[in-house]
Amino acid sequence: MDLNLSDEQKLLRESVERFVAGSYDADHRRKMANDPLGYSPAVWKQFAELGWLALPIPEEFDGLGGGAVEIGILMEAFGRGLVSEPYVATVVLGAALIDRCGSAAQKQAILPKVADGSLKLAFAHSERAARFDLAKVAATANKTAQGWRLAGSKIAVLDGHAADEIIVSALIHDHHGPSGRIGLFLVRATAPGLSISDYQRLGGGRACNIDLSGVELPDDALLGDGHDALPAIEWAVDRAMAALGAEAVGIMQTLLDTTLEYTKIRKQFGRPLSANQVIRHRLADMAMQVDESRSMALRAALKVESPPLDRARAASGAKAKIGKCARFVGEQSIQLHGGMGVTEELEVGAYFKRLVAFDTLFGGSAHHYARHAQLGRTSVPA
Amino acid sequence: MDLTFNAEERAFQSEVRGFIAKNLTDEMKRATALTPSVFSDPDIGMAWQRALHRQGWGAPGWPVEYGGPDWTPAQRWIFETESARAGVPNVNVMGVKMVGPVIIGFGSPEQKNFYLPRILSGEDYWCQGYSEPGSGSDLSSLKTRAVRDGDDYIINGTKIWTTHAHHANRMFALVRTSDGERQQDGISFILIDMTTPGITTRPILTIGGDHEVNQVFFDDVRVPVANRVGDEGKGWTYGKYLLEFERGSGIASAKLREGLKAIAELAESDLTGRAIDSPDIASRISEVEVDIDALEMTELRVLSALQTGQNPGAVSSILKLRNSEIRQAVTRLGVDVIGHDALAVEPMRPLYKLNHEPATPEDMLTVVPEYLNGRAYTIFGGTSEIQRDIIAKMMLGI
Repeated sequence: MDLNLSDEQKLLRESVERFVAGSYDADHRRKMANDPLGYSPAVWKQFAELGWLALPIPEEFDGLGGGAVEIGILMEAFGRGLVSEPYVATVVLGAALIDRCGSAAQKQAILPKVADGSLKLAFAHSERAARFDLAKVAATANKTAQGWRLAGSKIAVLDGHAADEIIVSALIHDHHGPSGRIGLFLVRATAPGLSISDYQRLGGGRACNIDLSGVELPDDALLGDGHDALPAIEWAVDRAMAALGAEAVGIMQTLLDTTLEYTKIRKQFGRPLSANQVIRHRLADMAMQVDESRSMALRAALKVESPPLDRARAASGAKAKIGKCARFVGEQSIQLHGGMGVTEELEVGAYFKRLVAFDTLFGGSAHHYARHAQLGRTSVPA
Repeated sequence: MDLTFNAEERAFQSEVRGFIAKNLTDEMKRATALTPSVFSDPDIGMAWQRALHRQGWGAPGWPVEYGGPDWTPAQRWIFETESARAGVPNVNVMGVKMVGPVIIGFGSPEQKNFYLPRILSGEDYWCQGYSEPGSGSDLSSLKTRAVRDGDDYIINGTKIWTTHAHHANRMFALVRTSDGERQQDGISFILIDMTTPGITTRPILTIGGDHEVNQVFFDDVRVPVANRVGDEGKGWTYGKYLLEFERGSGIASAKLREGLKAIAELAESDLTGRAIDSPDIASRISEVEVDIDALEMTELRVLSALQTGQNPGAVSSILKLRNSEIRQAVTRLGVDVIGHDALAVEPMRPLYKLNHEPATPEDMLTVVPEYLNGRAYTIFGGTSEIQRDIIAKMMLGI
C-alpha cells in the first residue's frame, strides 16, 4: 500500500504543470474558444514531443507504457489550464480501444502514429435513444461481399471533427442476420457517406454529431475478430471517466484558488468577504469537496485494471461523487464572485462550464449512483 | 502507487484475524452490535482491552518503551480495519488514546510508572473532564477552579458530557489554576481519583435512551499537587496536544463501512419488505458507500504520507468532519430502511440483556437509538462549525 507519487510521476507532474502554466492563459483560451478547430496543432505537436501522446501506449508500439495514474496526473494539470486539445478522444479513448480490441496489424498501423502525433482518433458510440446506456446501440454494420456497410447516427462525439480515423460502434449483422454483438469499426473521416456536424462544446473544445448512411468499409475495418466489443467499451469508458475525473479535480482546484483569492481582496461593509464566517465555511466545504474528488479520481485510476465489477463500481462511484462535488464547487465559485461571476469578463464561468460538461459526459451523478447500486446488487443474490 | 498490501502486511493481517478469531467471544460480538452508544460498557470493553494487552497490542500508538507494539502506519490501518470488520468491542478511548499520550509526553517518571501500566491492563478506567456547562466550543473559557493549599489543590466547579464518569475510577481534567491575560493561560492538566470526597456524578440520558454521559460536580475536592501533569498553567497546550494526537492516524472508514453493510443487509432482507427495491433507497446506499470510499482513500493518502515520514498537513483535519457527517448519513438511512419498525423504540438497557421479547427484530434494535444518539457526532470533539473554522484557517489561510 503506497499512494505516494514515484520520482518519475513527480517529474511528470512538474513538467505538465509548468507547460500548462506557461502556455495556457486567458488569451489562449479565448482564442481557442472561437477557433473553428478548437485546439492548437502546434500545442498538439508539443504534446507529442513531450511524450504525452505516447504515455499510455505499450512500448512495443513506440509508447511509454504508462498507466491510468500517469494519465490522471496529466489530466489534472490539463484541467487547471482548461486544455482543449483532443487528448481524451485520441489517447484515452481511441488508442485504448485500438490496443484492447485491435489485431496486431491494426495496432501496428495506428498506435505508433498516435504516439508520434501524426494521427488523431475519436470514438463515436453514444446515440440519442440510448441516453447513457452503453449497451444500447442501434447503428448497424451489415456484412457485404467486400466488407461492411454502416448505417446509423451518433451524437456527442468528442473532437470527432479533428480525427483522422473515427472508431464507430455498430451492431453486427452477418449472413445470418443480427448477431447481437457490438463491433467497432475504423472509419476514415473522409469516408463517403459519413457526415459530421460539429459544434463548440460546452466548456471548451468541440464535439459533433455523425450520420452514417451506407458507409462502405473494407473487411479489416472491423477491430479484432468481431467478438462483442461491449466489455471493451465499458472498460474504455470507465477509464475515460477516471481521466475526466482527474481533469475535473484540476478545474475545481483552480476555481477554489481563484475564489479564495477573490474573497480576500473583495471588500464589502468595510472588510474582506473572507472575514465572514459564512464565507469561510463555504470555502471550507469547497476545499473538502475538492479533496474528496481528488481521492475518488485516484481511486478510480488505481482500479482501472481491477476485475470488471470492481473497476466499474469505482469508476461510477467516482463519476457520481466528483460530478456532485463539481457542481457544488462550480456553482459556489460563481456565487462568491457575485455578479461578476455570471459574466464572460471573468474566467470563472469558463471553468464552471467545463465542469457542467464533465458532469454530463457519459452520464451524470444520478445515472452513476444508480449504476453503482445496480452493480452492487448483482454481486448479492436477491 | 499501489492500493494492495505487501506480503509482510498480509501476514500481519492474518495474525490479526487469528487473534480476533481466538479472543472475540460471541457474547462480546453480540453486545457490541447491540450497543447504540459510542463506547462499549466496561465489562465488555475492558475484557477486550485485557485480551489486547495479553497480546502486547494494548496501546497501538504508544512508543515501544511504554508497551506499544511498534507498528507501522499500515499495520495500524490493518489492525483497525480488521477490528471493525470483526465487530470487536469499542474500548473507551480516554485511557489508551487520550490521557496515555499526554502522560507519556509530559508526565513525571513517577506518573508514567504508576499510570501507564494500569491503563494498558485496564485496571484504571478513565473519563475526561473538559467541557463545562458554560464552556462548549469555547473550551478555554472553563471555570472549574483549582486553588493551591499546601501540597494539594482544592477543586470547585463542574464538568459536563463526561463519558462513562459513572464507570470511571479516574478523570483527567482541565482546571483553572490562575487567571492569565488570555483565557488559555492559567489552565492546568490534573489527574483526579474519582473516589475522592466531594465528587458527585449526575447521569444525563441522551435522546436515544442511553446513559453514556454525565455531569460531574466538584465540591472542595482535594487533589495532590503531584497529580498535575507538566507545568502549572500549561494545561491548554497539553490538552490541545491530546486533541491533535489522533490527527493523522484517524482510521474511521472501516467502521462506517460495517455500519452501512448492516443497513444494506436489512434493506435486502424480507424484514424490511426489501427496502432496497426502492431505487431511491438503493441510490442513497450507493451515495453513502461512495462517500466512505472517498474517506477511506483520504485516510490511505494520509497514511502513505506518514509511512514516508511526511507531514500529511491539513488534509487530516477533514477526516473528523467527514467521518461524523457520513456516520450520521448511515444512521439516517437506517431509520428510513427499517420503515414501520422505526416507531418501536426499546427503552431498556443494555439491549443485549433484555428479559423480554422486543417489539422489533433484534437486528433493528439499535437503528433508531444510533440515529438519535448519532446527532452528537457533529457536536463532540469540536463541532462541525469549529472544524470548518479550522479547515478555513489551516488549509485556506483565512
